[in-house]
Amino acid sequence: MMKRKWKQLGLLSLLLLLLVSLAGCGTSLADENTWQHVQQTKTITWGVKADTRLFGLMDVKDSQIKGFDVDIAKAVTQQMLGKNSQAKFVQVTSNTRVPMLKSGNIDAIAATMSVTKEREKQVAFSDTYFQAGQALLVKKGSRIHSVKDLKKGDVVIGVQGSDSVENIKKAAPQAKVIQLSDASQAFTALKAGQGVAMTSDNAILYGMSTQDNRFVVTGGSFFDEPYAVAANKGQTEFTDHVNTALKQLVKNGEYQRIVQKWFGNVPGFKASDATIGGE
Amino acid sequence: MSMFIHFWPQLLEGLKITLGSSLIALVGSLILGTLFALLEISHNRVLHLIGRIYVEFFRNIPLLIIALFFYVIVPLFAAKLSGFTAGTLALTIYTSSFIAETVRAGIQSVDPGQMEAARANGMTYIQAMRYIVLPQAVKLVIPPLGNQFVNLVKNSSVLAFVAGFDLMYEGNLIAAQTFDTFGAYIVVGVFYLILTLPLSYFMQYLEKKWNAGSGEREASALANE
Repeated sequence: MMKRKWKQLGLLSLLLLLLVSLAGCGTSLADENTWQHVQQTKTITWGVKADTRLFGLMDVKDSQIKGFDVDIAKAVTQQMLGKNSQAKFVQVTSNTRVPMLKSGNIDAIAATMSVTKEREKQVAFSDTYFQAGQALLVKKGSRIHSVKDLKKGDVVIGVQGSDSVENIKKAAPQAKVIQLSDASQAFTALKAGQGVAMTSDNAILYGMSTQDNRFVVTGGSFFDEPYAVAANKGQTEFTDHVNTALKQLVKNGEYQRIVQKWFGNVPGFKASDATIGGE
Repeated sequence: MSMFIHFWPQLLEGLKITLGSSLIALVGSLILGTLFALLEISHNRVLHLIGRIYVEFFRNIPLLIIALFFYVIVPLFAAKLSGFTAGTLALTIYTSSFIAETVRAGIQSVDPGQMEAARANGMTYIQAMRYIVLPQAVKLVIPPLGNQFVNLVKNSSVLAFVAGFDLMYEGNLIAAQTFDTFGAYIVVGVFYLILTLPLSYFMQYLEKKWNAGSGEREASALANE
C-alpha cells in the first residue's frame, strides 16, 4: 500500500518536472536574429487580430483576414524585403500575441498593440503607426457620457490582456471590471446587458458602432493608445527596418491611402488625430 | 514559485469561486440527474420521453454553448444572469445529463426481483424505489459518479469564458499580465489538482467502504460501460 503511494507521488513529480522543463523550451527560436531570418526566408509571419473590425477581421467568404493592421503589415513587408516577398498572417488575440511571439510562432505583431512600459520589458516596439485613444462604447441614450459617470456597482466590460482594463481600473476605481476573452465576445456581453459600458480603443469601438448603430462611442479618449509593431525583445535590427519602411510608406503616400481605405467613412473619425507622418 | 506568492490573493479568490461553483453544481446535478434518471426509467411514455430528450440534448452539445446561452441569450429575454450564475447553471445542467445516464444504468442493474419483492410486500413504487432500489443503485454508481465529479470540477473552467472570476479566469489574467503563460497555467493546474485529487481519493474511499464484498463485479462492469 505504502509502496503504491510512493510510486504515485513519484509519477506526479515526474509529470511536473516534465511540464517545467517544457516551459524552458521555445526560447531558442526567439533568440535568433529576426531580421536575418526574414531576409533568408523572404517571408514575415505577422500576428494579427481576426476579431477586430477595421484592423483585422476574418472575412468568412474567403477566410482571409482583412484590415488596417493587415494592410500595413503587407506594405511594410514589401518595403522591407522587396516585391517578391511574402507576408503570412497568423490569428492572435490580446492574450496570445506575446506568448506566440516569444515561442517563435510569429516574427512580429501588428495587432492593435499599444506601447506601454510594462510591455517594453517584454518586446521591442517600432515607431507608432496609429494613434488610438481609449474610449467607452455605450447603448444610445445611456446616462454614461464619460468615465466620470461610472458609479459604484457599474459593470464595465473589457478584453483580457489589453491594457485598457488597467487604465479603466485607474480612471474609474469604483466600477467593477469584467474581462472577456476577445473583443467580439465583450461586445456580445455588452449587447446582452452584462455591463453598462465596454472599454477599448476608440478605433476598435468605432468599428463596432458602425456594425450596430444602437451603440455609440463616448467618453473622449481618456488614455493615449499608440499602436506599434512589436518584435521580440532585443530585435532592434528588425524594428529599425520596420521604422524605415514606415517612413517610406508615409513619404510615398501608401500609408495615407491605407488610412483612407479603412477609416475614410467612419463617422466621427479624425484622421489628423490618429495618423502619423503629420509632423 | 514567485508566481504563487505574488498572485496568492487572486488565486485564492479564484479557488474559492471554482470550489463554490463546483459544490453547487455537484449537489444540483446530483439531484437533477437522479430526477431525470427516474423519468428515463418511468413506464409512463411521456415522462420517459421528457427524460430521454433532456439527457440526449444536453449530453451532446458543448458545455460552452450552454454557458454562453445563459450568459448572452437569456438576459435578452429574461433575467440578467451574472457570469458565475450562468456558468454554474450550465455546469449543473450539463453534468446532470451525464449523471442521469449513470444513475439510470445503476438502477437498471439492480435485480428487477428486488422491486417486485418490495411491491409484493405492500410498498408503493416510490417507497420501493426510495428504500430498496436506490440504496443498492447508489453503491453501484459510486465509481462512475466519481469520474463525473472530477470532470465537473475541471469543466467549471467554463466560467472563465463568461467572466466568472474562477481559477481559470484568474489564470488567464495572470498570464496576460506577466506574459508568463506557461508559468501561470502550471500554477492553475496545480490548484485544480488540489481540488480534484482529494475528491478522487474520497470517492475511492466511499467505494471501498460501501462496496465491501458484494456488488463489486457489477460496479466494475458498470464502470467499464
